[in-house]
Amino acid sequence: MDSTAITTGTEEKTWGGGNQPFKASYGKMMMWFFIMSDALTFSGFLAAYGFSRFKFIESWPIADEVFTHIPFYHGDPQPMIYVAFMTFILIMSSVTMVLAVDAGHKMQQNKVAWYMFLTIIGGAIFVGSQAWEWATFIKGDFGAVETRGGQILQFVDNEGKRVALADFTTASETERTAHERKNGLWFRDEGTLPTYTMADVKAGFLANDDVLIRTQVINEEGEKTVLTRAESMKKIEEGVMTVEGANLVHNEYGSRLFADFFFFITGFHGFHVFSGVLINLIIFFNVIIGTYEKRGHYEMVEKVGLYWHFVDLVWVFVFTFFYLV
Amino acid sequence: MGHEHKLAIFQGTLKFKNNVQKIWGVLIFLTIVTAIEVALGIYKPAFLMDFSPIGMKALNWIFIILTLVKAYYIAWDFMHLRDETKWLRRAIVWTCVFLIVYLITILLVEGDYIRNVWENGHTAWDF
Repeated sequence: MDSTAITTGTEEKTWGGGNQPFKASYGKMMMWFFIMSDALTFSGFLAAYGFSRFKFIESWPIADEVFTHIPFYHGDPQPMIYVAFMTFILIMSSVTMVLAVDAGHKMQQNKVAWYMFLTIIGGAIFVGSQAWEWATFIKGDFGAVETRGGQILQFVDNEGKRVALADFTTASETERTAHERKNGLWFRDEGTLPTYTMADVKAGFLANDDVLIRTQVINEEGEKTVLTRAESMKKIEEGVMTVEGANLVHNEYGSRLFADFFFFITGFHGFHVFSGVLINLIIFFNVIIGTYEKRGHYEMVEKVGLYWHFVDLVWVFVFTFFYLV
Repeated sequence: MGHEHKLAIFQGTLKFKNNVQKIWGVLIFLTIVTAIEVALGIYKPAFLMDFSPIGMKALNWIFIILTLVKAYYIAWDFMHLRDETKWLRRAIVWTCVFLIVYLITILLVEGDYIRNVWENGHTAWDF
């Protein structure tokens, strides 16, 4: 079956554009061109991540301590489980996509529609999970203190178990109010004030003898270094502000670059999934109204399929470099 | 075009009767690989953590190799590169592999060099 969408009447002439040495249509070739350039963009991001990580190899956050949550579950930290679920959802939606392409080759309109529908559902679950993952990451876990030099100091008890700021700090009365636009320079305002001031944390820390400071430095055993109480008492003096959660400037989990790359790379990937879902929706409706039955072939499904698998392919790498390695 | 399917994977060791069956077969394989990765990621066997061939922990090498294996089957079977002409496949894969390997090598060597400068120099910790 001829799959070329547009015929130009020059099929017979080798130099007239009728020759297809790769036996792939124009549209499919262009999809591959796009996928290759997009693959290089993603590798640029991931290589930049590797660059920064090699720069700070001794102090990079440990992913297993950062991504430990599962929706609706409030027990012990569970690293990996939820991302593994997300990975499986995306691979599964890739499978339904290939099945749609396969049904398209056999001109089975109903089957294509159903498989496209399942693919869209899978994509939506994935994007939702990623939004939740972001929200959890931004909200933060235990809170930390940042020093003047930009180091993050976290708190642990005698057994090395993480302690949240709220566990040993009581917020004091403070007269400080957030600066709003109406009170001064119109172009400046301030985000929410931190729950605790640095002075509160310091007072709480000095009052609780069993709280120790954990630095960013990774020791021989591959764990973050915990200071003795005496060292911790000295270290707390360096703190200048409290950090709860993560944003592009401050990050309670450790190196701020980690948060920057997390937002940038998973965000860029999430945007790909989101646009993939939209494109799949358009094709899904086209399948339903019979556009491709009229056209005589389902190559369009195959082309969006290529894009969808590419998104899955990128996730496989993001998963490895953000959560595993 | 990709209507003719090559139905054997693992160098012809495993042959499927039709394309749909092959898709499910590949899914099972990818799921097993992911499960191995997750299990290794949770339990982190000590002997793989302590042993570091070529500048990285053995465990991380295993993760990267398994990832490339997964990438291969996604590209070859889901993106049906297996069914395309040989030179279309090569034009896509060789170009990407060359450029990506080149970029990664340069950036990682440079990152490691900067870390060394900081370690031996007298600069502040982080900025």
